[in-house]
Amino acid sequence: MLKVRVIPCLDVRDGRVVKGVQFVSLRDAGDPVEQARAYDEAGADELMFLDITASHEGRAAILDVVARTAEVCFMPLSVGGGVRSVEDGRRLLRAGADKIAINTAAVENPDLIGACADAFGSQAVVVAIDAKRTVGDEGVAAGSGWRVFTYGGRRATGIDAVAYAAEAVRRGAGEILLTSMDRDGARTGYDLELLAAVNAAASVPVIASGGAGNAQHMIDAVKVGRADAVLAASIFHFGDLTVGETKAAMAAAGIPIRPVWAGGEADLPAAAGAGAKAFAR
Amino acid sequence: MQTVALIDYGSGNLPSAEKALRKAAASLSAPTAVVVTDDPEVIARADRVVLPGVGAFAACMSALEARPGVIEAMGEAAAGRGAPFLGICVGMQLLATRGREFGYTNGLNWIEGDVRRLEPTDRNLKIPHMGWNGLDTTLGGDLGGPLFAGLNSGVHMYFTHSYVLVPERETDVAAWTDHGGAFAAAVVRGNIAGVQFHPEKSQGAGARLLGNFLNWRP
Repeated sequence: MLKVRVIPCLDVRDGRVVKGVQFVSLRDAGDPVEQARAYDEAGADELMFLDITASHEGRAAILDVVARTAEVCFMPLSVGGGVRSVEDGRRLLRAGADKIAINTAAVENPDLIGACADAFGSQAVVVAIDAKRTVGDEGVAAGSGWRVFTYGGRRATGIDAVAYAAEAVRRGAGEILLTSMDRDGARTGYDLELLAAVNAAASVPVIASGGAGNAQHMIDAVKVGRADAVLAASIFHFGDLTVGETKAAMAAAGIPIRPVWAGGEADLPAAAGAGAKAFAR
Repeated sequence: MQTVALIDYGSGNLPSAEKALRKAAASLSAPTAVVVTDDPEVIARADRVVLPGVGAFAACMSALEARPGVIEAMGEAAAGRGAPFLGICVGMQLLATRGREFGYTNGLNWIEGDVRRLEPTDRNLKIPHMGWNGLDTTLGGDLGGPLFAGLNSGVHMYFTHSYVLVPERETDVAAWTDHGGAFAAAVVRGNIAGVQFHPEKSQGAGARLLGNFLNWRP
C-alpha cells in the first residue's frame, strides 16, 4: 500500500533557510544543506525546497545551493520558486532536483505545464497553487469558493482554484502542491474543505500545505481532506514536532506511513488483502 | 578496479543515480569506479552497467537510439559478457519488448513483456503512483538472491511512475508491489535486473540495493 508522505519544507531566501530547524546537532540552522541532511536522517519522506529570493541576481546563486542540498538528500527533492520556463526547470533538475514546482508562471502561461511535462515527464512537474477562500464576498461568481493567487499571494487572479487544479492535471501536472493562504502560518489546521474539493477534482497526488500546527491537523488532512502528502515548515523548523513524532501519531491514527528503515522490516499486515495481480498477465 | 558504466543519454535522474552509486561504491571493499558515459567502447568493456530513466518510454528509447552504438554496447556487456545490468524506472521498462504509451514503441526485448499504464482497481487511487510503497512477497516473488540481501518483505522504496512493465513470464518478477493490483516492482533474469522504484531516492534501503548490485555476481 502506498504510504502518506510527510514533507518538510525549506523556505530559502538568498541561500539561507528563513526559519531554521532548531536541531541541536546542527552547527548552522540557516544552512539548507545541514537541514536537508538532518531531515534525511530523521526519515522525512521527501523534501520541498522553495526559493523565496526576491532578486533575479539572487536566483542565479540558488542552483549551487540546490546542488549542494541534493548532494546530501537521498530522498526526493522538489524545488520551486521562480521557475518561469522549461530552461529554468532543466537547470534545477540538472542541479539535482527530482521535481520542479511551478506556481505563478503556470497561471500566466498554462502551456508551460505541458511543455515541462513533455520535456521531463509528469512525475517531475508539480503545480503549486496558492488558494484563498472567497466564499461570501460580494460579487463573487459561483464557483468552488477558492481563488488562485500569484506572486507569493500578492496578486489576485480571480481564477477558480479547484477548476484550475483540474486544468493543471489535464495539462500534465504530476502532482499538486496546494497551499491555503488563509491558513498559512496560522497553525490552526489545513483547510480541509479546500483539500477535499481539490482532491475530488484532481486525479494526481495532492500535497496539503498551510496551517499545520500539530499532528492531529495532519491526521485530519489525510482522513478528512484525503491528502496524499502533508507538508509543514514552521512546526518542524521550530522543533515543536519532529518527523518521527508526526509519523508515530499518524500511524496510531491508522494512517499508512513509512517507518524509517532500520536494516530490514516486515511491516505489512500479515493478511495482506492485496488484490488480484491485475498487471500480472 | 571494477568499472560501472552509468549510461548518459539525457535522463533526468542521472545526477541522483550517479551520486547514490558513488556513495554505494565508496562503502565497498573492492575499488569501484562509476563512469557516466555514452561511449560504446567504455560501456562494452564495463564490469557493470546501470541504465537510468524517467519520463516517457518512447522519448527515452529514442534518446538511447540517438546515441550511436550504445544499445549494441549494452548488449555486448550484458548478453555477450554477462556483466550485471540494472535498469532503473524507465530504464527497467526499456528492457521490455514494447511500450504502449503513445502507440507502440519497441524496447530492448531483454525481458519479454509490455509496458502498460497502471490501472488501479480502486478508482480513488492516484496516478502517478508516487511515494513510498512496500515490496511484498505475499503477492509473489521471493526477494531472493544476493541483489535483495538484507531487504525483507515490506521494505519501502520510492516510486514515481504511471506505467509498469508487465512481463510475459511471471518467473522474471523478483518483487511485487500493490497499487490497486500487484505490479512488477523488480525483475531479474540471469544477470539482467530492473527496478521500477528509485533506489537512488530510497534512503538506506535503496543504498543497500545499490550496494548489493555492485557486489552482485549472478
